[in-house]
Amino acid sequence: MGRYVIRRLLQMIPVFIGATLLIFLMVNVMGDPIAGLCGDRQCDPATATQLRKEFGLDKPVWQQYATYMGNVFTGDFGTAFNGQEVTELMSSAFPVTVRLTIVAVLFEVVIGITLGVVTGLRRGRPVDTGVLLVTLVVISVPTFVTGLLLQLLLGVKWGWISPSVSSEAPFDELIVPGLVLASVSLAYVTRLTRTSIAENRRADYVRTAVAKGLPRRRVITRHLLRNSLIPVVTFIGTDIGALMGGAIVTERIFNIHGVGFQLYQGILRQNTQTVVGFVTVLVLVFLVANLLVDLLYAVLDPRIRYA
Amino acid sequence: MLLEVRDLHVEFRTRDGVARAVNGVSYSVDEGETLAVLGESGSGKSVTAQAVMGILDTPPGKITGGEILFKGQDLLTFKEEERRKVRGAQMAMIFQDALSSLNPVLSVGAQLGEMFTVHRGMSRKDAKAKAVELMDRVRIPAAASRVGDYPHQFSGGMRQRIMIAMALALEPALIIADEPTTALDVTVQAQVMDLLAELQRELNMGLILITHDLGVVADVADRIAVMYAGTIVESAPVHDIYKAPAHPYTKGLLESIPRLDQKGRELYAIKGLPPNLMNIPSGCAFNPRCPLARDVCRTDVPPLYEVTEAGADGRSACHFWRECLHG
Amino acid sequence: MPEQPTPPERPLPSMPPGPHLSGGGRAPEDGAIAATGMGGAMDLATEEGASLRKPLGGPDGTGPQDKPRSLWSDAWRDLRRNPVFIISGLVILFLVVISLWPSLIASGNPLKCDLAKAQEGSQPGHPFGYNGQGCDVYTRTVYGARVSVTVGVCATLGVALLGSVLGGLAGFFGGAWDAVLSRVTDIFFAIPVVLGGLVLLSVVTSSTIWPVIGFMVLLGWPQISRIARGSVITTKQNDYVQAARALGASNSRMMLRHITPNAVAPVIVVATIALGTYISLEATLSFLGVGLKPPTVSWGIDISSASQYIRTAPHALLWPAGALAVTVLAFIMLGDAVRDALDPKLR
Repeated sequence: MGRYVIRRLLQMIPVFIGATLLIFLMVNVMGDPIAGLCGDRQCDPATATQLRKEFGLDKPVWQQYATYMGNVFTGDFGTAFNGQEVTELMSSAFPVTVRLTIVAVLFEVVIGITLGVVTGLRRGRPVDTGVLLVTLVVISVPTFVTGLLLQLLLGVKWGWISPSVSSEAPFDELIVPGLVLASVSLAYVTRLTRTSIAENRRADYVRTAVAKGLPRRRVITRHLLRNSLIPVVTFIGTDIGALMGGAIVTERIFNIHGVGFQLYQGILRQNTQTVVGFVTVLVLVFLVANLLVDLLYAVLDPRIRYA
Repeated sequence: MLLEVRDLHVEFRTRDGVARAVNGVSYSVDEGETLAVLGESGSGKSVTAQAVMGILDTPPGKITGGEILFKGQDLLTFKEEERRKVRGAQMAMIFQDALSSLNPVLSVGAQLGEMFTVHRGMSRKDAKAKAVELMDRVRIPAAASRVGDYPHQFSGGMRQRIMIAMALALEPALIIADEPTTALDVTVQAQVMDLLAELQRELNMGLILITHDLGVVADVADRIAVMYAGTIVESAPVHDIYKAPAHPYTKGLLESIPRLDQKGRELYAIKGLPPNLMNIPSGCAFNPRCPLARDVCRTDVPPLYEVTEAGADGRSACHFWRECLHG
Repeated sequence: MPEQPTPPERPLPSMPPGPHLSGGGRAPEDGAIAATGMGGAMDLATEEGASLRKPLGGPDGTGPQDKPRSLWSDAWRDLRRNPVFIISGLVILFLVVISLWPSLIASGNPLKCDLAKAQEGSQPGHPFGYNGQGCDVYTRTVYGARVSVTVGVCATLGVALLGSVLGGLAGFFGGAWDAVLSRVTDIFFAIPVVLGGLVLLSVVTSSTIWPVIGFMVLLGWPQISRIARGSVITTKQNDYVQAARALGASNSRMMLRHITPNAVAPVIVVATIALGTYISLEATLSFLGVGLKPPTVSWGIDISSASQYIRTAPHALLWPAGALAVTVLAFIMLGDAVRDALDPKLR
């Protein structure tokens, strides 16, 4: 187990470097990193050269990347366009996005798994066909349309929620945005659970459990669910990274000042350090979540042994 | 009588039509008795057993007629909750493939102990002690240290012993073993079968042994019921059947066993294929494959004749059982 | 009795390359899903395609050489009787026709707008009403199909070609290239798609659809490459492929004659479903302001501009959004139906 974790951590290094380098190159090569530094005005050439030198931008790109990453590992993520430390932005933005992600994951777990179990046990019945159709529709409608519609209906027309989230973004204001963020994954979790349950329902060990005279409830929870949820749990685990990175659309619609909002600002102002810094953290979250899911997999399925 | 199945009918309703899997099966087992139910796959032997256990998949399966008397009570009139309390506690089942029949993500100790916590209301600690006891009883070495292991960590024979232990846990009056040794190596088969027979004698249980393997049957069974296309075609004490089969199908089965004294000769095979259960031939279901078939076999369903000759004590569903017996 | 522990049913996740970070390890056929990091819809595609791998190429597939042909003709016979396939196929056919000749059903000019009529509702001759700039929503919705379908089709073709060639070769030859490719796909999976699109496209000034397509191919190919790689590896292990190798078939002959026909099915299914998600992605990027830009007529742009007037003129948002949803749905259902038809388990 220990050796496996170490090997996986080593494997993460090239992926981490590759992904951050890719973003670094995209931002640097394609945009002008100092363009945003003089506020909304155009920098005059002298200042620009000065700034370039100051930020080491006259050096080759790989050297810039190395310097930047070196700084990152000492906890220095650089400065954002408005002069704030990027780490400061992160400390305000990440808690918001983490809360939003928690709400989204809760929706996936509670609604997704429940619907999946219900439809999986009633395969072919009207409730199954209905839910299946709804999941397809949810997957087909882009998240930003779902978000806009829910905002219009719940926020504007019926006034159940406030159409935009305050800057503190407490949990109760994040319920609808969380649902929007979760929607596509939620539909997918439902389908995945349904398939898994329906497949395992005919399994021999479920028949054994029935033949043992166990109550139906126990057969389903202890024998059927325990096995069927393994792929679902691993999916939800890997989805956490994707949700945090994909929150950009939801955060924009509901005006949530989270990671997506800061990234969007950073991109608009072509601030390399904000963008690369946030993406670096997101990539790390993604990689760690994947590692944890793999380890969790061994806990859930004793047949898996790590060498 | 411990168990009496009377005129049982089971159908499977599928999109392509109705498959008549069991068509009027009757058999009985007494305490301490072993009944072997013999037949090809699709003959309805497993479906009958599942109907007795009450674990038939419904739908698509449906019991359309008959009675299942267990200790004098018709199980088919029971409510599901009453039925559940009978399962596992008073009658238990051993399945063919222990690897897929045991839950892969629960330890064997948990799966054995579950019988005691659910049916007997024991604490988990006591149930675990019972599980170790059971594993000892089916002679699993180092039971105490292996009780937390998972099914995949055991060999095939050991896994089937765990299945047996699970079935015996609450000392039921009836055990149904559905091809218990088919998935095992030949060397292990005999060990597992002997263990099962020994425990059965010890606990004086009724045993229904479902198999297609005539070799397994000879040593352990008291009576044999041969099934074909969802009906019993012959039933008799084990020695009578081997000595003088009174149905051409049984005869065919016996002749298709390879024997050392007939080395070099071509092996007999029953011609044709088992019938399609959606379209069972009229008259005697075996008639298209039967060497003795005549016109009456194509029109009249044969009743179970009493086989009275030559000291035999059996029944045969063949219009020409005498001919078969002597031919 | 000797103890013979049975080896685990599933491939060990520790087998190089590791499960999630690479293509092989824990393939979806084990029940667990290698998430693409692109969100549920992409994973749906992966799931649909990957479940095909086993029946088509599993070692138990007792396929003689003529199997692919009968598989495809069987699948076609199934499809013709499947109402889902017929409906989604007709919808797609309709979309293709109106994106080629939009003037068949819309006589107006999508760029002709009259601010005086801004946000007006449905009226004779203009069934969908007007948008915030006073353009006819019906005409714009019809003309928007062209861009969406073009982006979807071109991106899918690019992704499918690049992905299946790279993935297929890696799966076929294995070794160092396979390892390198696996790591490279890992890198792409670690970058959130929308984010990558924002960064890359925010600096592009071109107003054509090609940067968007290029971006989708750049970030989309690893998904198909993973599927193709896995599919080729499973097919390669088939007895008849081994037999062909034993008979001395050349690499190129093996690839073209034996492996490609069997390995291509999952790629087709995943690509069909992905086509829907690319259309959706284009709209999302346009909504964020980095995808297509006016005067291009696209559903994404129209939804984005209508979102400012959502309180007063929701119809301007609902019509293009509905068209978008129906299009995406049609491709997903088509992929679903093709998957069902190609899956012999369900027959």
